[in-house]
Amino acid sequence: MKKFFKLISFLILISSLIISNANAAGEKQELLKVDWSFKSFFGKFDRASLQRGYQVYSEVCASCHSLKHLSYRNLAEKGGPEFTELEAKAIASNFEVTDGPNSEGEMFERPAKLSDKFVMPYANVQEAIAANGGAYPPDMSVLVKARGGGANYIYSVLMGYEDPPAGMELDDGVYYNKYMYGNKIKMASPLDDDIVEYADGTKATVDQMAKDVTTFLQWTAEPHLETRHKMGFRVIIYLTVLTILVYFSMKKIWSRIETKV
Amino acid sequence: MSEHEYTPKSKVGKWFNDRLPLLTLANHLTDYPTPKNLNYWWTFGGILTFCLITQIITGIILGMHYVAHADLAFQSVEHIMRDVNYGWLIRYVHANGASMFFLAVYIHIFRSLYYGSYKSPREVIWIIGMLIYFLMMATAFMGYVLPWGQMSFWGATVITNLFSAIPLVGDSITTWLWGGYSVDNPTLTRFFSLHYLFPFLILGLVVLHIWALHVPGNNNPIGIEIKKPSKDTVPFHPYIVIKDLFALLIFLIIFAFFVFFSPNILGHADNYIEANPLVTPAHIVPEWYLLPFYAILRSVPDKLLGVIAMFAAIFVLVILPWLDTSKVRSTVFRPIYKQFYWFLVADVLILGYVGAMPAEGIYLLIARIATAYYFAHFLIILPFLGMKEKTAPLPLSITEPVLGGSADMAMAKNNSDFKEKL
Repeated sequence: MKKFFKLISFLILISSLIISNANAAGEKQELLKVDWSFKSFFGKFDRASLQRGYQVYSEVCASCHSLKHLSYRNLAEKGGPEFTELEAKAIASNFEVTDGPNSEGEMFERPAKLSDKFVMPYANVQEAIAANGGAYPPDMSVLVKARGGGANYIYSVLMGYEDPPAGMELDDGVYYNKYMYGNKIKMASPLDDDIVEYADGTKATVDQMAKDVTTFLQWTAEPHLETRHKMGFRVIIYLTVLTILVYFSMKKIWSRIETKV
Repeated sequence: MSEHEYTPKSKVGKWFNDRLPLLTLANHLTDYPTPKNLNYWWTFGGILTFCLITQIITGIILGMHYVAHADLAFQSVEHIMRDVNYGWLIRYVHANGASMFFLAVYIHIFRSLYYGSYKSPREVIWIIGMLIYFLMMATAFMGYVLPWGQMSFWGATVITNLFSAIPLVGDSITTWLWGGYSVDNPTLTRFFSLHYLFPFLILGLVVLHIWALHVPGNNNPIGIEIKKPSKDTVPFHPYIVIKDLFALLIFLIIFAFFVFFSPNILGHADNYIEANPLVTPAHIVPEWYLLPFYAILRSVPDKLLGVIAMFAAIFVLVILPWLDTSKVRSTVFRPIYKQFYWFLVADVLILGYVGAMPAEGIYLLIARIATAYYFAHFLIILPFLGMKEKTAPLPLSITEPVLGGSADMAMAKNNSDFKEKL
């Protein structure tokens, strides 16, 4: 058994080495840390925060940033913001999509349905770049997973707008951000106090909005996070119990011979 | 093999077995005499078999939903993650399964290095194992390209570009590999096809690997040749089966932690950005399990020599049974080699670390020293040490303690045992 613990500690050492190695690349400025509700083994989304986050996204971000991998039905699904189906339908119907061809061979416009993907603010990447001074506003579907630092990074960038340090020249349409890679960002600070009016009466501070929209984006990137955590907990309990049973079976079987196992 | 003749009990069994001796094979596998002193490092063979089967099953399911097209691949992966029932689970098991597979294979290889399992009469097992390892790296590399994220695209560009270093025909070969003049849709589709094919080649080689193992039988922590079956062995079933199962379950718990609680920690964030041929990522790094070779590649200033060094790093492993001149297998009885063994482990870890860092300044210097040491270990230290080292006395059998006999005596006995077999 002693040998066995040696093996386990070795395995843990190696995996932590690998992890620290994987994380070592990049990251200069220490990010702001938030105690997210979706972190940790039992982590869940704060439902109200997700709904507020959607509001921030739709009123502030959606004019430039797409969410092309999501469908409107996702908004009503379990583990997400959990809008009612009626609410999700109402949200969808605010958008026009091109459908067709119909029986006359014509394309036509109709209000979006739950099954439609989120309508993108621009027809294509080129249009998005042209409209945003040469910088492409990235699709936000998996943005949290696409940045080292994840949710903390997104939150930090939203909170990281400052006056540039003395001696730093910024071109027109370029802003200083403490946490952005290279410290230059082509997006003006998107959040101001009370830029949205929350339906649930929460005070819309920049910090609150940044947290809400980051929570929302964590969900868009990992829509099955809650199921994953729940299942993972059960799987590990199951495996642990099974391991203990197998351990004693092994002891029993090996007791037939004098060698220790 | 010194096994009793097996005859099935039932008439039907006997009839079938006379025509196709599957039951004899099953009997051989369950009765297979295994040294009773195998430690937990020996459980990784079973774990690796499990990993391969898991990768094949999850991979086949992913293949049902994945679309191998430059415009659709990224989207289809998101489709799997969002809309396919438990698609996220299957993909995360597959992606983390690759890392777990490599973690297990590295332990398996280093176990072999420690206990001299590659030495006579097990050279063929070792060489087949190295072929498997090489194919694993190729398979994993191509699999990483399939999501068509930024790291996929640029990793594929860097690695396929290596072939352009070959004199005269390099550029033609690269064009041929790409199916065009850059990494593009034809590259993706052929990588998908090969990524589907290679695991089955690996599976075939695993069968040969196990077959070759069952000829001389397992090595053991003492490293001496033992009579099989004897009081030093136990039948594979149930003794080894239950022990392997126990180790596998522990392995699965660690695996589950990655899949359910940190599924993306071993990947690079950039691979969640769609491939864009116009934007190069700041640092192009391969997956962690390829980093030591990546470090060796970059430590050589000349491109062609770098590529040669990288492949040579694998090739020295293939010819290792002839580089290590020591007749004593287990490091337990090799006090000096034991130190060099741990130096090598540290060296490979260092290579892995600098492989993830930018190739400049101090990192480059460390990479160069570590690369030089890596080759020195296999090409200078091992052959020389085998001739000079004074090894500790070997026991005569697993159950008997050291009888004060010299290592030479024990070796003489081993050799005669082995000759008896032949």
